[in-house]
Formats: sequence, C-alpha cells, structure tokens
Amino acid sequence: MTAATGYAPRRTLPLRVEIVRQFKRRRTLVMFGLLLALPWILVVAFQFGPQSSGQQQQTSLRISDLASASGLNFAAFVLSVSASFLLVVAVALFCGDTVASEASWSSLRYLLAAPVPRDRLLRQKLIVALGYSAMAIICLPLMALLAGTLAFGWHDIQVPGTGETIAALDVLPRFGIVIGYALVSQLVVAALAFLISTATDSPLGAVGGAVGLWIVSTILQAVEALGSLREFLPTFWNTAWLDALAPELDWSGMAKGASVSVTYAAVLVAVAFRRFRRKDVVS
Amino acid sequence: MKRVAALVAVLALAGVTWLAWPSAPEARGQDQRITVVDGPAGDQRVELDATFFPPPGGGRAPAVLLAHGFGGSKRSVREEAARLARDGYAVLTWSARGFGRSTGQIALNSPDYEVKDTRQLIDWLAGRPEVRLDAAGDPRVGIAGGSYGGSIALMTAAHDPRVDAIVPSITWSDLAEALFPDATGQGPSNGVFKRMWAGFFFGRGGGAIQGLEALTQQPRPLPAEEARCGRFLPEICRIYEEVAETGRATPEAVALLRRSSPVTVAGRIKAPTLLLQGQRDSLFPLDQSDANARAIASGGAPVSVAWFDGGHDGGNGEADWLHEQTTAWFGHHLKRDGSPAARPFTVTRDGGRDPGTRQRIRLHPEAGAYPGLGGTVTTRVTLAGPEQNVVNPPGGTPASVSTVPGVSGLLGGGGGGGGGVGGQGNLSVSLDMPGQSASFESRPLTAPLQLTGSPTARIKVSGKGQVTLFAKLFDVADSLQPPALPAGLVAPFRVTIPEGAGSVETAVTLPAVDHTFAAGHRLRLTVTTTDMGYTTPAEAASYRIGLAAPAVAVPTVTALAAPATRVVWWVWAMPLAAVVLAGVLLATGRDPARSRSGAGTGNRGGGDEVPLEISGLTKAYRNGEPAVDGLSFRVERGQVLGLLGPNGAGKTTTMRMMMGLIRPDSGEIRIFGDRVAPGAPVLSRLGSFVEGPGFLPHLSGRENIELYWAATGRPAGDAHFDEALEIAGLGKALERAVRTYSQGMRQRLAIAQAMLGLPDLLVLDEPTNGLDPPQIREMREVLKRYARDGRTVIVSSHLLAEVEQTCSHVVVMHRGRLVSAGPVSVLLSAAASGNGHGPRLEDVFLDLIGEKS
Repeated sequence: MTAATGYAPRRTLPLRVEIVRQFKRRRTLVMFGLLLALPWILVVAFQFGPQSSGQQQQTSLRISDLASASGLNFAAFVLSVSASFLLVVAVALFCGDTVASEASWSSLRYLLAAPVPRDRLLRQKLIVALGYSAMAIICLPLMALLAGTLAFGWHDIQVPGTGETIAALDVLPRFGIVIGYALVSQLVVAALAFLISTATDSPLGAVGGAVGLWIVSTILQAVEALGSLREFLPTFWNTAWLDALAPELDWSGMAKGASVSVTYAAVLVAVAFRRFRRKDVVS
Repeated sequence: MKRVAALVAVLALAGVTWLAWPSAPEARGQDQRITVVDGPAGDQRVELDATFFPPPGGGRAPAVLLAHGFGGSKRSVREEAARLARDGYAVLTWSARGFGRSTGQIALNSPDYEVKDTRQLIDWLAGRPEVRLDAAGDPRVGIAGGSYGGSIALMTAAHDPRVDAIVPSITWSDLAEALFPDATGQGPSNGVFKRMWAGFFFGRGGGAIQGLEALTQQPRPLPAEEARCGRFLPEICRIYEEVAETGRATPEAVALLRRSSPVTVAGRIKAPTLLLQGQRDSLFPLDQSDANARAIASGGAPVSVAWFDGGHDGGNGEADWLHEQTTAWFGHHLKRDGSPAARPFTVTRDGGRDPGTRQRIRLHPEAGAYPGLGGTVTTRVTLAGPEQNVVNPPGGTPASVSTVPGVSGLLGGGGGGGGGVGGQGNLSVSLDMPGQSASFESRPLTAPLQLTGSPTARIKVSGKGQVTLFAKLFDVADSLQPPALPAGLVAPFRVTIPEGAGSVETAVTLPAVDHTFAAGHRLRLTVTTTDMGYTTPAEAASYRIGLAAPAVAVPTVTALAAPATRVVWWVWAMPLAAVVLAGVLLATGRDPARSRSGAGTGNRGGGDEVPLEISGLTKAYRNGEPAVDGLSFRVERGQVLGLLGPNGAGKTTTMRMMMGLIRPDSGEIRIFGDRVAPGAPVLSRLGSFVEGPGFLPHLSGRENIELYWAATGRPAGDAHFDEALEIAGLGKALERAVRTYSQGMRQRLAIAQAMLGLPDLLVLDEPTNGLDPPQIREMREVLKRYARDGRTVIVSSHLLAEVEQTCSHVVVMHRGRLVSAGPVSVLLSAAASGNGHGPRLEDVFLDLIGEKS
C-alpha cells in the first residue's frame, strides 16, 4: 500500500474545485464587475458628452468618432480602448495571482502535500486562470455589443479610416475573429504573469511585474530606431485585430501577432513548469 | 545576478555590433567645369557646372548621368547622386544650360542645344579612368532624371546610341500636348491652354532662385531683358508671351514645343527605358508616359512603365521605392548583375495600413505587358441625367477648381502617404461653381470597379460657336462625404458647333488614373465650363450639355496582380521552434530524484511497516550553512514522537522535506517504505500541519476544509469530516470566512485539516502554539488517542513540558544534527542515573545540546 485508498494523482485538484476556489475571491468578482460595467459607463459618457456640432470634414475617421454609430462600432471602440491596458491587467491578474496567492496564503504547501503533483497543480491552475482570462476577454466585447446595440441600435458597421460601411451580419463573424485574436494575443501576458507567479510569494508582484514588462515592451515599441526588430516585441501586433474589421480581411498582421504571442507563451509556460518542478517551496 | 549579467552582456554586444557595423562608403563629389560647344551651327561655347561622383569602390564602373528638373540645378539632385554613387556607379550631375551656375540660355532640351551638351558630357565620361567603356569613346552610361531631366534623358537616348539605359520620370512626351491638352484628340492647335502650370513652368526659368531660397532671399532687381525673359532663349520667350496672351497654340509654337518633345524622336531610342510617371500629376499626366512608351516600343527597345504615388501635384511619397526601381533597372542593364528589372507595367496602389505600425502601405501590383490606357477589359457603366443648361461666366470667373498647381503639391507632397493613392482621402480640393456644370450619375455599383487607364464618354453639346469644356469623373460615396475627384485631374476639350447645326457630339477621353470605385459608390461624370488652371473664354455664353451615349467606358487591367504576399517564414517557424524548445525544457527538467530512483519510489521489501525512516538527511541553506546535517532516525507505528530542539535546529526544514516541499541535498526520507519526492503518492498517507495554517481567507472554514479534501481527489466518504471538525471545535464559526478567525481558530482548523482522512502518519509543527491551556490539554489527549489506534504522530516543539507530557518517544535536534533519540522514559531515566537530580527533561535537553554551564 503506497498511497492512501482512493488516492489517484489524476484526480487531484479537479478543475471544478479550482474554479470554485478562485471564483469567490473579491478580486475575481470586482474585475468581472468592472469589465461588465465599463460598456455601460461608456454608453452613458457618450450619451451625455457634448455632441460634436455638425458633420466635421475629416480626411480619415477615427474609431472613437464612430463609436456611437452602432452597437458593433461601439463594441469595436470598447475593445480598442481596453485591449491595450484593461484586458492586459485583467489577464495578468487572473494568471499572475493564481499560484502566488496560494503561496502567500500558505495554502500552496498543503496542496502540494495533499499531494497534488506539481505539474498537475500548475496545469490545473493554468487552465482555470486562462479560462477566467478568456471569460474576461469575451464578456467585455459581448457586453459592449449588448450595451451598444441597446443604446445606439443595430446598424451596419462603419470602418474607421475610410468610413466605408459593411453590413452588420457580415461583420459578426469578423467580430468573432477579433475576439479570437484578442484571446491569442493575450496569451503572452498570461504566460508571463504565470511565470512570475510561480516564482514569487507576492500576488501583486506577479501582476505588477507582468504589467510592468508589458509597459516596457510598449515603450520599446515606440523606439523607431529598432526598426523591424520591434515586430518581435510582444506588444507590437496588439492592434492587428483592426484588420479583421477592414473591408478587406487581412490575415498577415494577425498571423504574425499570433505567432509572436504563441512563441513567447510556449517558452514562458515551459520555463514556469520547469522552475516550479525543481523549486523548494518555502512559503 | 548571473542572469542580469548575461542580459547586460547581450545588450552590450548588440550595441557594439551596431556601432561597429561597416557603413557604406561615403561618396565624395568633385566639382567640375565642363566646356561644351553647341548651337545649330555648333559654335556656341557653354560652361556647364558639374559634379562628378567617382564610384566609391574604385575601379571602372558604369556611369549614370543624373539630370535635374526645371528650375533646379545640380545641387537639387546631389543627395540622389551620392546615393547612386554608393550603389557603385560613377555619377555625373550638372546644371543644364541656363540653370544654376552654368552659362547659356534655356532652350527647352532642344536637340541643337541641351542634347548636344549632354552628348559631350558622355564624351567627357568616356575620358574618365573611373568609367567602364563598351568601346573607345563609348562609356557604359545610363541617364536618369525627373521632369525636365527626364526629357533630356529621352532626347539624348534618341540622339546618341551610346546611351545604354534610361530612367526618365514625370516627364513629357509632347510638350505641346501637355500644355494644350484636348480630350477630343484634335491636337494642341485645338487644345485648351494649361495656363497656371505653363506660368509656373516658364516662371521657374525666369528667376535663378527657387524653393526655400525664394522665400528667404531678398529679391534682387532684374534688368529689363532678364525680367522679361529670364534665362530663356529670346525666341522661346517671345513665343511663350504670344501663346500666354491668346491662350491658343500657334503653329509656330507647336513646332517649337514639338522640337523639344521626345515623341518626335522616341522611336529612335534603343536604350532600355523605365518610364516612371506620377499618378498625381496634372502637368504631365499618365497619357504623356503612355505616348512615350508606345513610341519607344515601336522602335523595338524594351520599355517598362510604372505609375507611382506622386507626380508634380503629389510630391515624392515613395522616393525609396523609385530609387530601388532605378538602381534595379541600371543594375540589370548597366552593371548587368542580374538585378530583377521592373516588369513591363507596375502600378502603386493603396494597401491599407500596416497591421503593426498602422502606417499607410503601398502595394505594387505588376503586369507582364503594358496594356496602354485602354486597359485589357472595358466595363460600361450606365450614366443617367437630363440635358442640362450651363453657363460660361463673363470673364471666366469664378472658375471651378480641380487641382491648384503648386498648392496641391505642397499639400500632398509633405506627408508621403497623407493622401491616399487612388483618390480616397485625396487632398485635392475640387469645387464646382453652381450653374457651370452638368452632371450625369450612375446607379450605386453592385461590385467594386477598378479603373486603370482613361475612361471614355460621348457628350452632346448644344449652343453656338466654339465651346471650351472640362470633363471629370467623380467617385461619389454617399451624402456625407464629398465626391472625390481621382488624382484631381480634368479632361479639357474644345468643340466647335458647326454653323446652323445647333449641337455637336464628341467622344471625350477622360484623364488616365488608377482608382478603385468601391461597391455602393456611384460614378459621376461632370462637365464644367471653367477650370482655374486653364484659359477659358471671357465672353458669357450658355450651352446645353447632354449625354450622346448613356454610358462611360471604364478600362480595367485584369493582369495587374500584386506580387503574392507570402507568409513570412517566421510566422510558422517561430511557434514551432518555441514548442520544440518548450518540450526540451520540460523533458530535461524532469525531477532528477524521481528519475534516478525508479527502485526507490517502489516499496522496499519489509519496510512497509516503518511509518518514517530518515537516513543521512542533509539540506543546506542557500548560503551554504547546513540546516539539516546528516540526520537519521526512525519512527515506529503507534509512537507519538516529539521532535525537540531549539529554534533553528532544523525541525521545520525536516518536516518540509517529509512533505516533499524541499528537496534534500543528500540522504532520503521514506514514508511507509516509499521515498519521499515532490508529489509522491505516499504523501496521501501523511497529514501535515507545518509552519502555520494555510487557508483561503475569502472562504468559510467549512468550504476550506471541503475544498481541500476535494483537491486531494479522494472520496468524500474517506474524509471523516465530522471527526476532524470536532477536533477543530469551531462551532458556528465554521461558516464564517476564515479571514475573520483568530489565530487559535485557524490553528485548530489547520490541525483538523491535517487529520482529514485520518492519515497513518500525522506531522504537526508546534501544534499547541496559540492554544489556551484547556485546548492544549485536549489536544494532548487527541494526539495520544490518535496514536493508540496504530497510527503515528510526529510533533515538533521547543516546549519541553509539552513533549514530556504528550510524547512516547523523542528525537532531540540541535543545529541540524541528531543529538539523541529514544523513548522519553529511557531518556529521563538515563539522565536521572547520571546526576541524581530529579528527572526533568529540561535538564536533559539542555545537557544534550550543551547549553548547560
């Protein structure tokens, strides 16, 4: 008898348990509350903000000018203003907090001694954290779509830049592409936060570290002198999802962005597993 | 620290590489005064101010003559010359006669003057030791230049067979046609005078100062003759004055302008020619390069045409691409190094925005044959509209605006992409005056329509006498956006209504452009009586304009296809490599303890009954100081073992190693015969409470306990929740969030958690810390009872009395080492027999660890 009766490593830390453990956290609920409320706040802002007088003649329309044109435009606008930071923070929170918070509560050592095998613990936690991140990324544009449609109606989408219109139903699958790309492009944030999470006892350190590195990457991206090297920065292709809303669907930018994101994510996650396996857990 | 150092090293290496990377050799120009002899009789001496850029690599290289545009001088092409020289050419720039510091007067690239000069420059090149020769006196030479410089390239290539390749850009084919266009094809004598451009053009030959200098320098007073004619030959000056006053081309003027036009001699060109023409050019529109291309092709020379984003109205937004095309052409035909020369027809189109940088990008679709302005396919788009009355205002003002020479160039030239190619977002201001225009519109397009070339339409004009009109084709999006006039181009034409006929029908060739009409947009043909850029009649008149045929023919070049955008290799290679790397990282990172002890994880025969066996256990802190040093002891079933030692003795570290949280440096721990490693299944028989409780503060005590048990994956029936929770004794507090608990409550809950499932081996670290005396006593009983059932309990403590009262056996540790081990009673009796004092564990302990004085 090497193990207690009924013990099987494959059954430890079921996803259901981990989801419940994380869901009741105030942090999770506040983040989801914020993501779900943001579209309504913006709707109110657009409703009560000063209206621009008359049709201004502009050579190119900005995405924010079109936000109140239709629900789809509004959702695109919400995504564009939140993808670069809010969603990054949300993803970093879910993925960076997951292991580090257990370490800070000291509950990590009891899970490991339960025993939940270390690889399995990381795997289950990563899956749940990614699931919560995906939920966050999906629920924001969907709520924006709902709020925008209720507030501004269901019209064809007007493309930023050229001002061309695409039929609303044609754009709906494109919107799916946008969300899909947002998911893939945030993988790198998730992996980075997760790696830091396995290395520190401080949940805020993990989240802040991931967001901080993200900011550094954004700053580096502004250095024109780096030339095409910038293409390999994890933040560089952040806005490539705009191509999915262009009249001509262009995959090249999103392909590059997905490639860069998956590359970083695979390596970072592998490093996280490798480090955690050998780590002495002293927290 | 090591990693930081490595990062710094990598960054430093990158920086050094960047600094030390060999930069291209700098090209140095040598100023030259080259004396040439020209004139119809070959008797006029002119000194040309030139700069020679020897090839920086040394040796003999092909030569390139780089000519400047009208109003410029050799200085205006200096940068481009240096760039070409860096690419390995001997480059000669010069100020044409009448420009810059060269002497002589402007003869508009006349074969008698400028062409003779340029041929003598080729002679001069043939004498240079830096220039490669095809034969004695015949250098390998190409000519490039824009506008005025482009026309000298064509003219010289036609007159001098030694020229091996030319790249003329934004230049004319027939200067008379360009200045007196007529969209009905009746030639310049019927043409409408392009007065604003002509004024600019001739004005630039007047004063010597141009560009920024003109704005900043005090104008100097000019003598009468110079003020009138500038540096033009008097003959040209006189003819210009004549046509500018009347607005009609005299036969004499047409003859003079034709002498300066490549169209008359282009058939003689044998040099491969790359014609670069701007899509935004109301001075020399695309039909000028079309005429050149046809003339050169008829002579059999290879010719390629590229319509780029720019021109006299639109700056040089893609100077780099033009340079690439130029060097590739010369590389192919002069160096003959196999550079891929431009395909016969290339068009620059708007490629949207780059996904990464969000900058506008340009596409360069190509075709294997130059189709001309008629396209390969023609789409007839139906137009509708009644006959409309239009008036020519007295004096010709206010006039409609399509392109304002100079101004449009200023607006569009700076941005390099500010104005979209193909008209969308074009900065050209187009204004039609009310009452002066008739419009005919199509229905919204059901599919996008690509226009590449000159559309044609048939128009009916009713009225009297000669009528000057301007036709333009708008792209109408919707009511919100103003209609766009692609490239800001208009087609002027003049019809004469025969006496007594009352009306006339005519075919009108609209300006050649490359433009995409999006689906849903409409085409609008507008005919106006005025245009600011042209001379229009001063008399007031009114006409009726209608469609003679209800359609406009739109040419398309179907063969134009963008070079297939390949997926960059790293898009698929990088994730693959990353996945492989990740696999390697994971495979090589396997727990060494687990892999090397395949036998060790297995049960050691007969050892099954030993709950805990520690042998030679050693663990050092990161600073090298040993925390546990060669520890060995053994715990039997039914024992309550006290792990005794002062703070820092290594008790907790030992317990952590028992839980598989810390890897020993050497030695091993076996629980029920199984070697302990992270995640070893035998740990499921171990209940532990080490270094304080660990709960999720937002969950209640009960949820914590239940979720913990659920995390072990074992059946809920095995948990014995009630027994465990009874030990915790939390009562109703069990339903509160753990964050509200006191230290003692957490402690008891943690011990309850350790006892979940009634593990065979229970390890408790300082379990009575934070408990009050009754609780401590109760805890003692619980532990004793627990061990009585054949289970084993290990309790660490530094409280001697605690161990004495609870434990049956004791292991004393000090500084990581085992000091003593055995039953408490034996230890006590040994001490008692030793010195005769009362058997107090405290004395024994202090004695053992050597702290007793």
